[in-house]
Amino acid sequence: MRRYWYYPGCSGHASARDYQRSVALISPALGLDLVEVEDWNCCGTTAMTSVEPRLSVVLSARNLALAEEAGGRADLVVTCNSCYAILRRAQEQYARRREVRAEVDEALAGIGRRYSGTVRVRHLLEVLVRDVGLDALRERVRRPLSGLRLAPYYGCLLGRPRNDFEDPEEPLSMDRLLEATGATVVRFDRKSKCCGGALITTHEEAALELVREVLSEAAAREARAVVTACPMCQFNLDAYQAKVNAAFGTRLRLPVLYFSQVLGLSLGFGASELGLGQRFVPVGGVGKL
Amino acid sequence: MRAVQSQVPGRGPLPVVGEADLDGKFVVTVMELSGEDGLLGCIQCGTCTGSCQLSSWMDYTPRRIVDMVRKGLAREVLASRAIWYCASCYYCTVRCPRGIKLTEVLYALKSLALARGYAEPGAPAPAFYRTFFEVVGRYGRLYEPGLMIGVALRSGFGRLFRLAPLGLGMLRRGKMALLPERVRAVDEVRALMERVSRGLVRR
Amino acid sequence: MSEVRIAVYVCHCGTNIADKVDVAGVREFARRLPGVEVARDYQYMCADPGQELLRSDIRERGINRVVVASCSPRMHEATFRQVLESAGLNGYLFEMANIREHCSWVTEESELATHKARALVAAAVKRVRFHAPLEERYVEVNQKALVVGGGIAGIEAALKIARAGKKVWLVERGPSIGGKMAGLDKTFPTLDCSACILTPKMVEAAQHPKITLLSYSEVEGVDGYVGNFQVTVRRKARYVREEDCTGCGTCYQKCPKKVPSEFDGGLSHRKAIYVPFPQAVPNVPVIDRSNCIRFQTGRCGACEKFCPRDAVDFEQEDEFLTLEVGAVIVATGYETFQPQEAPQWGWGRYENVLTARQLERLVNASGPTGGKVLLRRDGEFTDEVPKSVAVLHCIGSRDENYYPYCSRLCCMASLKLAHLIREKTGAQVYSFYIDIRSAGKGYEEFYTRVQAEGIQFIRGKGAEVLERDGQLYVHAEDTLLGAYREVPVDMVVLSTAVTPAPGAERVAQIFGIQRGQDGFFLESHPKLEPLKTATEGIYIVGCCQGPKDIPDSVAQGAGGAAEVLSLLTAGRVQISPVVAEIDAEACSGCKVCVPLCPYSAIKYDEERGACGVNEALCKGCGTCVASCPSGALSCRHFTDEQIYAQIEEVSSL
Ligand SMILES: Cc1cc2nc3c(=O)[nH]c(=O)nc-3n(C[C@H](O)[C@H](O)[C@H](O)COP(=O)(O)OP(=O)(O)OC[C@H]3O[C@@H](n4cnc5c(N)ncnc54)[C@H](O)[C@@H]3O)c2cc1C
Ligand code: SF4
Ligand code: SF4
Repeated sequence: MRRYWYYPGCSGHASARDYQRSVALISPALGLDLVEVEDWNCCGTTAMTSVEPRLSVVLSARNLALAEEAGGRADLVVTCNSCYAILRRAQEQYARRREVRAEVDEALAGIGRRYSGTVRVRHLLEVLVRDVGLDALRERVRRPLSGLRLAPYYGCLLGRPRNDFEDPEEPLSMDRLLEATGATVVRFDRKSKCCGGALITTHEEAALELVREVLSEAAAREARAVVTACPMCQFNLDAYQAKVNAAFGTRLRLPVLYFSQVLGLSLGFGASELGLGQRFVPVGGVGKL
Repeated sequence: MRAVQSQVPGRGPLPVVGEADLDGKFVVTVMELSGEDGLLGCIQCGTCTGSCQLSSWMDYTPRRIVDMVRKGLAREVLASRAIWYCASCYYCTVRCPRGIKLTEVLYALKSLALARGYAEPGAPAPAFYRTFFEVVGRYGRLYEPGLMIGVALRSGFGRLFRLAPLGLGMLRRGKMALLPERVRAVDEVRALMERVSRGLVRR
Repeated sequence: MSEVRIAVYVCHCGTNIADKVDVAGVREFARRLPGVEVARDYQYMCADPGQELLRSDIRERGINRVVVASCSPRMHEATFRQVLESAGLNGYLFEMANIREHCSWVTEESELATHKARALVAAAVKRVRFHAPLEERYVEVNQKALVVGGGIAGIEAALKIARAGKKVWLVERGPSIGGKMAGLDKTFPTLDCSACILTPKMVEAAQHPKITLLSYSEVEGVDGYVGNFQVTVRRKARYVREEDCTGCGTCYQKCPKKVPSEFDGGLSHRKAIYVPFPQAVPNVPVIDRSNCIRFQTGRCGACEKFCPRDAVDFEQEDEFLTLEVGAVIVATGYETFQPQEAPQWGWGRYENVLTARQLERLVNASGPTGGKVLLRRDGEFTDEVPKSVAVLHCIGSRDENYYPYCSRLCCMASLKLAHLIREKTGAQVYSFYIDIRSAGKGYEEFYTRVQAEGIQFIRGKGAEVLERDGQLYVHAEDTLLGAYREVPVDMVVLSTAVTPAPGAERVAQIFGIQRGQDGFFLESHPKLEPLKTATEGIYIVGCCQGPKDIPDSVAQGAGGAAEVLSLLTAGRVQISPVVAEIDAEACSGCKVCVPLCPYSAIKYDEERGACGVNEALCKGCGTCVASCPSGALSCRHFTDEQIYAQIEEVSSL
């Protein structure tokens, strides 16, 4: 078993509990030991960064410091694209901007903590594709999802701004992972477009247009489901689908799954233990494979 | 993608400004706060606008915002609608041919608008950001019911009613915790926030 | 050595020095320095009367060392050396103290400037005592030349040299000469047909008795130095004997294997045995081994069977030639940015998104559609003509994510293509640009003409091309309107950046050429020596030095020929005696210095067990001297003794 520190993020304990359940199921099966960081706090996300650009840096720094204190030189794994981008942004700002570093160091010292910049922040998708490896995944597939057409949706923050994992324009890791389960991955030009998650509560009208953009292409390409790697994206595409249909007269009915759930299905886990029931657009036949 | 429309900004042309109205220090403030000192190198190509999925909702396009910042049109920028439409998707940032991290600049502008009181208190985005801030200050983590109610208190109960079905739907699907989770050392979180936000917590 | 008798001259340089430095004070100071016989100050040392002072002092007062305190040695060291020689004294018994650029021009206070001038003079006086006479030497120049790269720039250079009666080898990597120009349709700003003006030059180059064309060949290595290069050329196996082939074309008619044509940017097919385009020079096919059925499976052999001249030879092997030449012109051209690296512009994703070079083939009468601009569907051309086309400028250029520089010729190329599309199809053409850069003779006029043809100019870079319901849209800001636009079009043309040619790095290494940050070859002076390189006798012309249009490439080709001819005609070259020396006794043979030398001037001699310096290649940069752990290396005119004397003195004041 390979040990990682795990940062579930706020949604992991709320709107994305089904995501967490599926992660908790598949990771031991794949030799991953994900240990939740004790007493973590909100990373700050876009909202706090907009209130004050350094706020999410210092909030994230506490989480990073906690992972470092926990020791073992293990990587910090996240499952939310927003947490991923915000934690990495904190690291980048801390490393590049001297004044930010001073402020963070001082603030952390004030609460008796220290961040040294050694912990690596990684998305679970990266860990699966790189550490576990596609070959190993393929070997463990018990129920190949042959014939299932899936649209991989990456959203904004897995590859943007730049990082050492994904391409900002044409990410591919989830394509490869889903192919490994035996599913058919459809071409998806809008796979890294924005779904408007950050605006859905404040500018719903605008955000719904973006949701429609993403879902319409997935539907046009005859995908049976959209697959995401982020609780924000999942929630937005799932919970607002009815509103999109109402607003634009569309008839979209696309279940929105997490990649961990799809992987779980192929590994042989059942739909309900993977939390497939917990969504607005029912999974229908997809879960019965 | 919105229906194709060449939408000339709703606000019409920039207000005529006298030299005295231009805040020469504004660009420096923005560069310092955002850590993005490349603003002066913008070539006004509009790649940012063309890459932004929210451009057509904005009163000033992202490119124009950059130039307005450089020229010192501080009031117009901070009171603009454009900055609140940024979804932080980072497309402009990765595509800007001059490497300007515009998303960072927009964070800074939103923050300045809040701090300098340009953002109307009832406007949805500022209300959302302020509430989010308070909720995290209280619990150390996000608490969705708290966020919803807080936003409603700020921007009118009509919103709460509109949000209610969604909240119920979430509850039913086990997607919302009824009771807040609190970070044990929430004092630590509060101390950190207090330190960086310079008093915003109380605003 | 006889007694050292030094003369010191302090120059006023009009007011340039004298305004800041107390020249009389410096003179008096110098007079009292050990070994100084004469010290003078004068208005302009470089002028005739100044020079005369030197000469008469040398002759009449037995002066045998000279120090001039004036400007930079880059200005006048050579001048004063000649004055010494003309008075019968070796020119290296001379030292210059730079009290202008290093002193009067950069020091605020007069007193400090004077102090610094004294220090510099004292140091020069101390140093010059250790100078030794050195002899300039000359080497003969071989009368043949080599041109590498057979694009328009290389062809022009080869022709100019050949017409002057000198022998030229023209080495081209591809199967034909002609370069990128061979693939263009009409050329801006005059819209003359590219092939019509290029083909006669290609033919002349092939037929000129003084030119030997080595196509399908590459340079593998270079030895020697200016005037005397030995160049190894690999003649890649064509599998067709050039001397027997008549160019009848039977082989490629019979060949069953289709391969996407590089020349047509993948828009048509060629065969496994092919000539890249009908007007190719030489008109001799090559077999592309990796696609040939016979080479891959052992079967087929159709070309061999049908060739009426028995010219196909599957057994042919690469050959190596060694050429002896006096000078080399490198004209290896450019490549264009491959937009599959940038999916946002849709190339490779949507089949009606084309690069400008692909479009050049479409509008060309000898291209895949016979000159018609047609839409594609499922990999094939339809007979449908686009009703609207967007031309996107600056794709990959002026962009820190790809190439930060301006590619210079693509604005004009884009305007030309906009015009040709409009002319051929009547389509609504949109030009998405950041700035129109039309600096060139007749260029702005061309822009005006294209504007009048009704092209829609949108000032804003095409940010993205996205398809919706089968329709392409260009997303951009119309910056002059301040509006976001999604413009529906049937076809998109990407004017992609001009980039260094593939393999440029290796060419640079072989010829000792430096490359700039952008990857293009670096000239030795951006203004005054635009065609020279860091290695004497090696010149660069055309787009290998940076993006440029045909007129500039041709002008450079001719300029390169002039450089070569002046070198060859002079017949001999002077070699500076300021070079590194190796004390073979002291050399341990560790070879640390060998890879450090930027000019590849040091070779290890197995027999002697020591390294040796090729004086013709050495530039006296001193890198090796500093690296030698045994202290066996020294540099003439920059000996430890000389340098320490100077440093000690300058730092003791
Ligand atoms: C789309 C487009 C349209 C254009 N339209 C115009 C126009 O209308 N008018 C105009 O004035 N200009 C135009 N240009 C510019 C024009 O193409 C160049 O100015 C010209 O081709 C430069 O010639 P060159 O000889 O320097 O380089 P190239 O044409 O690139 O020739 C270089 C040659 O060197 C060979 N080579 C490369 N490496 C090696 C090696 N290692 N060993 C041996 N040989 C090697 C190559 O095979 C090639 O044959 C256009 C350019 C583009 C991209
Ligand atoms: S993309 Fe960059 S350079 Fe272009 S207008 Fe926007 S900020 Fe300026
Ligand atoms: S042997 Fe090769 S080149 Fe000749 S005809 Fe067959 S495939 Fe073509």
